[in-house]
Amino acid sequence: MLEKLDQLRAAQAEAVAGGGEKYAARHKKRGKLLARERIELLVDEGSAFLELMPLAGWGSDFATGASMVTGIGVVEGVECMIVANDPTVKGGASNPWTLKKAFRAAQIAQENRLPTINLVESGGADLPTQKEIFIPGGKLFRDLTRASADRRPTIALVFGNSTAGGAYVPGMSDYVVMVKEGAKVFLGGPPLVKMATGEESDDESLGGAEMHARTSGLADYLAVDEEDAIRIGRRIVARLNWRKGGSTPAPFAEPELDPDGLLDLVPSDLKEPFDPREVIRRVVDGPGPGNEVAFDEFKPLYGSSLVTGWARIHGWPVGILANAQGILFSQEAQKAAQFIQLANQVDTPLLFLHNTTGYMVGKEYEQGGIIKHGAQMINAVSNSTVPHVSVIMGASYGAGNYGMNGRAYDPRFLFTWPSAKSAVMGPQQLAGVMSIVARAAAEAKGQPYDEEGDAAMRAFVEAQIEEQSLPLFLSGMVYDDGVIDPRDTRTVLGICLSVIANQPVEGTSKFGVFRL
Amino acid sequence: MGGVPPVSDQHTLRSVLVANRGEIARRVFATARAMGLRTVAVYSDVDADAPYVADADVAVRLPGNTPSETYLDADLVVAAALRAGADCVHPGYGFLSENADFARAVQSAGLVFVGPSAEAIEAMGSKLAAKELMQRAGVPTLPGVDATGLSGTELEKAAADVGYPLLVKASFGGGGRGMREVRDPSDLADAVAGAGREAASAFGNGTVFLERLVERPRHVEVQIFGDSHGHTVALFERECSIQRRHQKVVEEAPSPAVDPDLRDRLQEAAVAAARAIDYVGAGTVEFLLDEWGDFFFLEVNTRLQVEHPVTEAVTGLDLVRLQFDVAAGRPLPSEALTPTLTGCAIEVRLYAEDPSRSWLPQSGRLEDFHVPAEAEFRLPDGPGVRLDSGVAPGVEVGVHYDPMLAKVIAWAPDRTSAALALAGALQRARLHGLTTNRDLLVRVLRSEAFLAGETETGFLDRHGLDVLAAPLADEEGRRRHAVVAALAGAALRRAAAPALAGLPSGWRNNPTAPHTTVFDAGTVRYRLDRTGLTADVDGTPVPLTVLGTDVLQPGRVRLEVEADGLRGTYDVHVEGDRSFVDAPDGSTTLVEQPRFPEPTAKVAPGSLTAAMPGAVTRVAVAEGDRIAAGQLVLVLEAMKMEHPVVAPAAGVVQALHVHVGAQVETGATLAVVAETEEGNSNAS
Repeated sequence: MLEKLDQLRAAQAEAVAGGGEKYAARHKKRGKLLARERIELLVDEGSAFLELMPLAGWGSDFATGASMVTGIGVVEGVECMIVANDPTVKGGASNPWTLKKAFRAAQIAQENRLPTINLVESGGADLPTQKEIFIPGGKLFRDLTRASADRRPTIALVFGNSTAGGAYVPGMSDYVVMVKEGAKVFLGGPPLVKMATGEESDDESLGGAEMHARTSGLADYLAVDEEDAIRIGRRIVARLNWRKGGSTPAPFAEPELDPDGLLDLVPSDLKEPFDPREVIRRVVDGPGPGNEVAFDEFKPLYGSSLVTGWARIHGWPVGILANAQGILFSQEAQKAAQFIQLANQVDTPLLFLHNTTGYMVGKEYEQGGIIKHGAQMINAVSNSTVPHVSVIMGASYGAGNYGMNGRAYDPRFLFTWPSAKSAVMGPQQLAGVMSIVARAAAEAKGQPYDEEGDAAMRAFVEAQIEEQSLPLFLSGMVYDDGVIDPRDTRTVLGICLSVIANQPVEGTSKFGVFRL
Repeated sequence: MGGVPPVSDQHTLRSVLVANRGEIARRVFATARAMGLRTVAVYSDVDADAPYVADADVAVRLPGNTPSETYLDADLVVAAALRAGADCVHPGYGFLSENADFARAVQSAGLVFVGPSAEAIEAMGSKLAAKELMQRAGVPTLPGVDATGLSGTELEKAAADVGYPLLVKASFGGGGRGMREVRDPSDLADAVAGAGREAASAFGNGTVFLERLVERPRHVEVQIFGDSHGHTVALFERECSIQRRHQKVVEEAPSPAVDPDLRDRLQEAAVAAARAIDYVGAGTVEFLLDEWGDFFFLEVNTRLQVEHPVTEAVTGLDLVRLQFDVAAGRPLPSEALTPTLTGCAIEVRLYAEDPSRSWLPQSGRLEDFHVPAEAEFRLPDGPGVRLDSGVAPGVEVGVHYDPMLAKVIAWAPDRTSAALALAGALQRARLHGLTTNRDLLVRVLRSEAFLAGETETGFLDRHGLDVLAAPLADEEGRRRHAVVAALAGAALRRAAAPALAGLPSGWRNNPTAPHTTVFDAGTVRYRLDRTGLTADVDGTPVPLTVLGTDVLQPGRVRLEVEADGLRGTYDVHVEGDRSFVDAPDGSTTLVEQPRFPEPTAKVAPGSLTAAMPGAVTRVAVAEGDRIAAGQLVLVLEAMKMEHPVVAPAAGVVQALHVHVGAQVETGATLAVVAETEEGNSNAS
């Protein structure tokens, strides 16, 4: 695990480095703050900041982090979605991963009712990839104004370039602050204007901060420098009259067991199961007044390969579903469906702790109705309206990923441990299946089977699937909200549950037809 | 002399008005209460919420704030006494305590003045006349001459007769106000003028006299008491040599320089002085003691002294009770007539002032005040510390009166024990909100020289303010204090946070920069993660381990910290942008700089700003003047002390923002001096 954590830190360091030392130095020399410095100054002193999707673009042709820093921070006591362009990476230009990250940030803000603060300094679209950006990219601006209509204020602090399409970020925001002699906001720059109309112009008259503050009215505030813009941004949030719609957390005690133990808990070979109760006891609140038992297990004797029960995290009540022996049988699926309904009945958010190799296969199980029972679980997960948070601790294979609320099932947040693996099935199984199918095809054709080729194919497929099922790769694809140090799980979940409490938790009794 | 009540003239005193404020009002009330007297306070507008007012049974308002419109207005005070039904008036010290007219006014109103007769006050009020009187009574005196009306060569000749070095002193003053030391004849005229101005403003009388200055003297004084039954006693001596600006800072009894033989001679001289004026009540005969055991009469203070508690500590007597007894016409009790001297007592005056900045008086809110003492306004049983204070947490220390916060007194069988006990209590005191002379006092009390009894009036200069006024905590300690203050601030922010309050302070899943807290004393950078704390101040690593952080109440955090293998408790009190750290190695105040400085709040370079609120009494330059480094620009008067404002470097007066009489606030720009380059000014 420690080795994997080192890999994670190295990948995160790539994201932090942004465009690299040279560009960071040039940016600083212009008296500008780096994206992360802007965020550090924007958030309340000593408050937690949960960076989201820091590894977007990892393993792609683009810089890790996708020229954007995003996360949830507390500004003047208000949890806000913060989205900052990283101008040290190709001038902050957007690539397809940037877009994916921005959309996901907007989705989190929408689902959890968060105000959004954009720290704008971007050269616009990465032109070579425009075909992947231009048409879907319009959603960015749509999301901004929909946020506004949804009574979720949007604030743009414009530090630098925000031109062409990018001009609609301030354009669609509720509050706009521009930095004097820094912000540049126009639809078309001097060369384009010259080409279009023949008019001679300059940056300042087309889109300078002073002009927008005094003449066009696009800027609501003129900041004398970057720090001033951030100060004004904080004052804007202070006046949002923000009230969280959800409940408040109860006082809590720290976990019974030291979270450091989480590092040794997950076996390096995911074939070995581990007891999720050991994880739960290191993540949930320890016993204390009002929370006399740390974890009240539900239906402990039935479907014992899935652990279900109630606990609190940072004072917030949660229902937990955690895989125990990897496999989901009919009993486990039915237990899950029942438990999810119970959580909906009492408006309690759900936490899914993945370590599953999927639903059981085999004659006995198919005949026993494993599909029906798996469907019950997926039905419950899909239609449940209490917030869900998923943590992929170990394996998350096949339909188990779906039943345990994988990315496609829209959990409010999904985080991955460095020990995780996620794919349609295990690499060896997948390679084996391919081998069996190929062998059968050869046999059907009466051809001799190329054993050597088979071995090479299996090795190749195994390696490829292995690589593609690893957390850094999947996080690079923005299939999670981040890879986290297992010891941070409790803190990350505490932030998520607090963020979720920006609106009331309301369960449902409306589910699809349970196929019984 | 007249004014001595006849033997049969005994009164029963039932209600006392204390014509004073602060610590001494509380001190007198304490004894008065114990004697069953009803207590009456008077208060100016700014003192309305002062602790001594609440201490009194009833209080009478004196409208206004300046001393002259309140505590110095004899008519108002007498009217207050009559209105409150007091039958006696205790003047405390300072204000009207040595004002013969006031004593007379009190008596004419049919009230008893708890103090000597108006005649005795008058006789001693003029220092020059007093000196002549004492000469006739055979008390040794110093050569001196009245400087009133003298100027030019007359003044120079008079000074030459006295001999240099000499002192210019206010005839009707005390406490160092209106006093100047002159070593060089060329400084004489300025000193006489300055002392005259200060005396006029402080005492309403600008007459001054010249007196020979004794080198390396000690200030030794004898407590005397007389009653109306013909008794006059001396209650041993006090030494008050350690002074700043001629104001006593450390006082003790007995004097380490006085042996039994010298004590006898001092007491004899003091009793002779008292008898010469038929003294009734409490008084003090002050002497200068030179290195050879010769002493010279300085003056008689016809009142209770600030430092009376040290005499109380070594004699076991309550001097205020004796004052009431004598005022009531009773004879001095036998324990006063045959006093005994036991152990050693030391008193320090805890001031709101900055010794490292010319003793600049401090004003503002006292955010916390606690001195660990065994007793207040009375002697502890056995060795221990007594606190006489006029302040309480939350009071405003204003600019109108003396900035003394408290007197702290320790008694022990021997002098070293008393000094160390006193230093310990001071170090453990919580003094938040105002800069005080605490660290200086602690350093003095613990110094080898003090413990060896080498106290002379030049003590502070000899050992140097740079050493004595240095903070108790060394640089490394102060860096630790800054880190601890930053952590405490973070803990308080967490506790008060409306969202995510329960999360670890400054948590990051992808840490990039350390947390930064900018204090006036330096920038603290730290990171607190699962491996512990990593911190530095201005780049210097500060290794320490935080074992516990407790938010005790809003604004108060207690941290258990281990550094260099030593574990200790650090208490941090955060009030606005200030953090007060009380640690085992000393106390530090840190001012947190705003995270977002106002973009416009910048002071033009070369600006001379007011270091304290006050009034401009003199402007010595005009706009456009070319001035030298150190040249006087103007004089600011605050708390009755003159503070010269000088040019920090050679230059040209570019702007002058104030005029004589202007009232200025702290930080106000007084003048702007544009620096000139040395080469240019030479060439021009």
